[in-house]
Amino acid sequence: MRPTLSLGRLLAVSRKEVLHLRRDPRSLGLAFVLPAIMILAFGWVISFDIRHITMAVYDEDQSQASRALVDAFTASSYFVVTDHLDRYGDAAPLLDRGAVRLVLVIPPRFQARLSGGGPAPVQALVDGSDANTATIALAYARGIVTAYATRAVLGARRVTPPLRAETRVWYNEELKSSNMIVPGLIAVVMMIIAAMLTSLTIAKEWERGTMEQLASTPVHPVEVVLGKLLPYLGIGMIDVLVTGFIGDVVFAVPFRGSFLFFVGASFFFLIGALGIGLAISAATKSQMLAMQVAMVATYLPSFLLSGFMFDVAAMPKALQAIALFVPARYYITAVRGIFLKGVGPHVLWPYGLGMILFGVAGLALAARAFKKEIG
Amino acid sequence: MSPAVSARDLTRRFGDFTAVDRVTFDVEAGRIFGFLGPNGAGKTTTIRMLIGLLVPTSGEGHVDGLDIRTESEAIKLRIGYMSQLFSLYGDLTVDENIRFFAGLYGVTGERLARRRVAVLALAGLAAEHDRLTADLPLGFKQRLALGCAVIHEPPLLFLDEPTSGVDPVSRRAFWDLIYGLADRGTPVFVSTHYMEEAEYCHRLALMNRGRVIALDTPAALRALMTEPLLEITTDHGPAVAQLLQGAPGVIEAAMFGRDVHVMVHDADAAARDLPALLAATGHAVRGVQPVRPSLEDVFVALVRREGGAVAG
Repeated sequence: MRPTLSLGRLLAVSRKEVLHLRRDPRSLGLAFVLPAIMILAFGWVISFDIRHITMAVYDEDQSQASRALVDAFTASSYFVVTDHLDRYGDAAPLLDRGAVRLVLVIPPRFQARLSGGGPAPVQALVDGSDANTATIALAYARGIVTAYATRAVLGARRVTPPLRAETRVWYNEELKSSNMIVPGLIAVVMMIIAAMLTSLTIAKEWERGTMEQLASTPVHPVEVVLGKLLPYLGIGMIDVLVTGFIGDVVFAVPFRGSFLFFVGASFFFLIGALGIGLAISAATKSQMLAMQVAMVATYLPSFLLSGFMFDVAAMPKALQAIALFVPARYYITAVRGIFLKGVGPHVLWPYGLGMILFGVAGLALAARAFKKEIG
Repeated sequence: MSPAVSARDLTRRFGDFTAVDRVTFDVEAGRIFGFLGPNGAGKTTTIRMLIGLLVPTSGEGHVDGLDIRTESEAIKLRIGYMSQLFSLYGDLTVDENIRFFAGLYGVTGERLARRRVAVLALAGLAAEHDRLTADLPLGFKQRLALGCAVIHEPPLLFLDEPTSGVDPVSRRAFWDLIYGLADRGTPVFVSTHYMEEAEYCHRLALMNRGRVIALDTPAALRALMTEPLLEITTDHGPAVAQLLQGAPGVIEAAMFGRDVHVMVHDADAAARDLPALLAATGHAVRGVQPVRPSLEDVFVALVRREGGAVAG
């Protein structure tokens, strides 16, 4: 016979947890400040927008045409010409040191070939050690050269091509990377913070010896788990709102969707993440270990396998299978959808359902891990 | 009337180590039942099994008529428990600790108000109810722990070495509290490794190496020791005890405080022969007199009779 669950016992546990938090203002402060700091730091550091790429020019032609091409590079805000080289051999040291990312080489007779109807090749040497930046720099360079070539061939004549693609980018019209990163970042940060917040609480009872007294009372594991979770759920919801606000105001990410749906999805996602933290805490019985396990278990998957930085669809099949079980992935999709697409429950309901499932699973895991047996 | 607590062949093993080995006993209501033994004798493990913190490897037990294997959560509602180490929340005030445990036991409203006053009075902390528990002296922490353990007026109380590490004066005061609770009809189940505390118990189980080696009233246990006992007062206690171990006519010699207690076959012969023997080896003896055996003497004698060594 097991005594039934009691709200009174649950609230007694919650009240005690609130008292612990109030007696430890430093940890409490951290719980509020850390997510904001993480959003700001990551939001500014992780950016795929590349501007002001440093470049050097080796102009062997020294003609009007070659100078016009260099001007086309300078005129775009993407490149800054920092060096004019006298010898081809000077290019390598600059790239080696990373002083420039790209070297534009304009061979002799560039202008002559151009006016003779071409082809007039130019060379671009790109530092490929940072593949991401290299790809983007190369794409910019191609675009500038193509535009220049078109003008050079057609001169002042205006022609209308028979076929023209009119492209429109939806949801993130300016292709600002912060629009993509910040909503995902909210999900990643909340996953990490939530699991860390609760990862200490049960382990602390083991380390201080208070678990023995607690286990000798009729308190039910579900009452302990829910009771401990409640105050942190409050903190977590405030954190979600603060980070969302920072995304909207500081990073100017548009918030187009339903606020209520955002709050609802976050609510269940937090319960799941807090539950995982509690489960880790109950299983490890050591604050230090619990913190580290919580860090690894939440940080890596939610950073790498959630679609936050890398598209899950482009991953190897094995990783895709693992990613199926990364809760942050679904929350990220939901949050991006709410922020950028402005879609609501009619589209995102499977994700909302997923969040509820995750919440229940996190709680069940924690209640199972919590043992009232003292070895 | 069925016993308040009973154990039948209760056993707990941790891997190869048998912490509690086929322990059997009954505790009647309204009495103080003591578990006496050195550290590692299995006292804590036995108590933990009885209150549902540990599952027995084999054997069975009942607390207030409830099975310790299948009804441990129901048992927890009816007992108060105080663990060996201080296990209240140091960062909570006296009052907050009381209210927390009251909440866990469903003590609310008017009953809480009444019990809170009673517990504060019991712990002697009425004036300090707003102090952080961590700032209290150890003696008061233990009194508060006892208070929290009886907040719900349990019909049964389990105290696991409640006075370990507490100074003698506070220990005495603490035992007065235990007496008070037992007098009001609550059976108290208490473990200790202080031999003099064992004298306060109505019945006593002596434990060594996981086994109960004797179980009776303190007076009856003392009567188990039939051989006469001499107390030798000397400045060279340890050397004398070692020397007399195995001397003619001596059954057992052991330190007792700064003196040496010697169990002999014939008290008169020993009182005559031993001082001479010691003087011959250069150890001055200041006095030899027959004494009533203490529980410690009984314990040592019983362990010897079992042919074993004292654990711990």
